[in-house]
Amino acid sequence: MDFKLFVFWLFALILIGAAVGVITTRNPVQAALFLVLAFFNSAIIWMLMEAEFLSITLVLVYVGAVMVLFLFVVMMLDINLLPQREGFTKYLPWGGLVGAAIVVQMIILIRVKWGSTEDYPAPVPKEAGYSNTEELGLAIYTDYLFQFEVAAMILLVAIIAAIALTMRRRPDTKYQTPGEQVQVKKEDRLRVVSMEAEK
Amino acid sequence: MIPLSHYLTLGAILFGLSIAGIILNRKNIIIILMSIELMLLAVNMNFVAFSYFLNDTAGQVFVFFILTVAAAEAAIGLAILVVLFRNRGSINVDDLNELQG
Repeated sequence: MDFKLFVFWLFALILIGAAVGVITTRNPVQAALFLVLAFFNSAIIWMLMEAEFLSITLVLVYVGAVMVLFLFVVMMLDINLLPQREGFTKYLPWGGLVGAAIVVQMIILIRVKWGSTEDYPAPVPKEAGYSNTEELGLAIYTDYLFQFEVAAMILLVAIIAAIALTMRRRPDTKYQTPGEQVQVKKEDRLRVVSMEAEK
Repeated sequence: MIPLSHYLTLGAILFGLSIAGIILNRKNIIIILMSIELMLLAVNMNFVAFSYFLNDTAGQVFVFFILTVAAAEAAIGLAILVVLFRNRGSINVDDLNELQG
């Protein structure tokens, strides 16, 4: 058993264990941390497949941004108010059955169609000067430029939607309205009273 | 060497686990969102594996776009979750019967 295969098995088993942890743990914070572990392990497995840019992106973007967002939200909400796994054992046979059926079917299909190593031989490793990031950048900025711009628009819409959803104006908070402040006239603030001179 | 079927089987197992997770945790929206992230990860695993074995960069470009869409989805889903919690004081799926569907 060569070393790459050993590394694959090690991190694949940790990845599956972390995925089991995500769906079975009682505490949402623990589930988020298990998901972080799963992302780290799959980043290593992607690194084995010479997808260096994507594996670093997975760690930086997913663990660094998305999972931190998840942890923020989980900790902001009151965890005690989460339903304590009611129906977990009730749905366990169904969930296990559906999941196992899907996995068994897919594995049978994979064995039949992609099982032979003759059809898909191991690719020759790239030479030392090869840059995966450069290759990916060339593809994105030439062939997939339009799709790249659409992705940028999707992110922009997501930003606007998230802000618009969560922004709220409390009615009891006092705000300044600069427009009215600028347009104020002398009569609004100053009252001239004519009265007898005091002696 | 690691054959292609190892990677595909790993992706299939992850996908099955995340489907089981959605069924098991159907009361808890946060875990459901995390299971969806896991499902996207399983799909990305297949894309990267085929990109590697077919020696084609297009699969990795596709993973790049899936990561973008997944980040947007997580942001909007969590925003909806926060608004929901603010309005209802609960994120139990059973309490979400406002539409009477």
